Amino acid sequence: MYPKELRYSKEHEWAKVEGKRVRVGITKFAADRLSDVVYVELPKVGSEVAFMQTFGVVESVKAVSDLYSPVSGKVVEINQALVEKPEVINTDPYGEAWMIVVEPRDLSELQRLLDADAYMALIGERQS
Amino acid sequence: MDEPLKRTPLYAAHVAAGARMIPFGGWEMPVQYSGIMEEHRAVRTRAGLFDVSHMGEVDLVGRGAGPLVQWLVTNDVGRVALNQAQYTPMCTPEGGVIDDLLVYHVGDDHFMLVVNAANTVEDLAWIREHAGGDVQITDRTEEIALLALQGPRAQEVLARLTPAPLEAIRYYWFLDGVEVAGRRALVSRTGYTGEDGFELYVDATQAAHVWNAVLEAGRGAGILPAGLGARDTLRLEAGILLHGNDMDKTVTPLEVGLGWTVKLGKGEFIGAEALARQKSLGLPRRLVGFTLRERVIARHGFPIQENGRVVGCVTSGSFGPTVENSIGLGFVPPAHAEPGRRIAIEIRGRAVEGTVTKLPFYKRPTGGA
Repeated sequence: MYPKELRYSKEHEWAKVEGKRVRVGITKFAADRLSDVVYVELPKVGSEVAFMQTFGVVESVKAVSDLYSPVSGKVVEINQALVEKPEVINTDPYGEAWMIVVEPRDLSELQRLLDADAYMALIGERQS
Repeated sequence: MDEPLKRTPLYAAHVAAGARMIPFGGWEMPVQYSGIMEEHRAVRTRAGLFDVSHMGEVDLVGRGAGPLVQWLVTNDVGRVALNQAQYTPMCTPEGGVIDDLLVYHVGDDHFMLVVNAANTVEDLAWIREHAGGDVQITDRTEEIALLALQGPRAQEVLARLTPAPLEAIRYYWFLDGVEVAGRRALVSRTGYTGEDGFELYVDATQAAHVWNAVLEAGRGAGILPAGLGARDTLRLEAGILLHGNDMDKTVTPLEVGLGWTVKLGKGEFIGAEALARQKSLGLPRRLVGFTLRERVIARHGFPIQENGRVVGCVTSGSFGPTVENSIGLGFVPPAHAEPGRRIAIEIRGRAVEGTVTKLPFYKRPTGGA
């Protein structure tokens, strides 16, 4: 449920390094807590995001939650399909439900994020 | 709210079923089991079972019971036959809605009021304060459990558990002393979802037995236990109001579209004068439905704008899983209340476009009996 190859923020975003880019989404834990996501607001391609600053909003029937960028840089891709079909956040948080791709200014920021074990400890999940 | 949360007799069953529990109206209640959307769709297309035992039940018995109810509420209880129920607001002398409730005419000189959980204590105090002679007032909330079986297949499911002639119970009528799964129940054709269905009042000690029996009997029909989350999206689509969100003591039934429950001709009652005056002078505001052009949710308290000017505020909003739109209720000036009117809801600093929409957003298909 918490892939080893990802880095995790304390605000429940994940970051995946893909060469010189970083793909970003929210964790299964966050998706489960929200449940039934109905709306996602993402930044424009070309906009700047900053480390642990808000880049968008995710909303379920129950609650609304800010999205925090796990890395600083320029947004080079957004998942437009997700905006149209936000419910996939609940079914495929690490795959189809990616949110943005960032061209990072400083990849070392990722070192300040948690690995899978530390993240699972944070959310109180037993390590598998 | 320092009081410990109360639990219904079904608390253990909810936890065992994996429900997510939340505080609501002083009670610890299931907000969802499998998911709000899934539970919502089960109720719209098949059947869902809700624990609404947090609702308050107040018994009024005695020759003074009928006159007391008639004095307390705005609707005309004189028109409610034995074994019939009625929806009505209960108002302050100024016409403000203290609560909205169901009146059950249970027997000669015997009425049961079913009130909102968060208002039970205040309602009881109000009722006692206005009681004259020859009426016994009993709070039966703790000893009665209330299960709501809702959905197009509700009757079919319940028929497996009872010999009672369910098809003979018409909308807003009930039968008392009915056997359901071998236990005694009051069965009414009522609900809060916009679907056909029943509400089962059973002894609290029998609640778990009846709950399990209904789920078991409904398995083939695809029944799901449903929580307060689905209850809220279902009632909103059906254009049904929630006291505490869409109305309270600061607004009158006329302002929220409940004029049909205010019977000024029935004789004196609390609030009659103020409501008659408002009816002749005109309303300061009206509760309307609206639909947004995006899926973003308009939440309680968000401003409603017209042409960039704030004209009102949202009282309820959600995504309607069946209508597949972001919908809501809110107050606007009467001149802005006609369906089709363009409005905007201010959501996190952004004006999201929408339209005033005739209620209800969803009406169940009524083909065949």
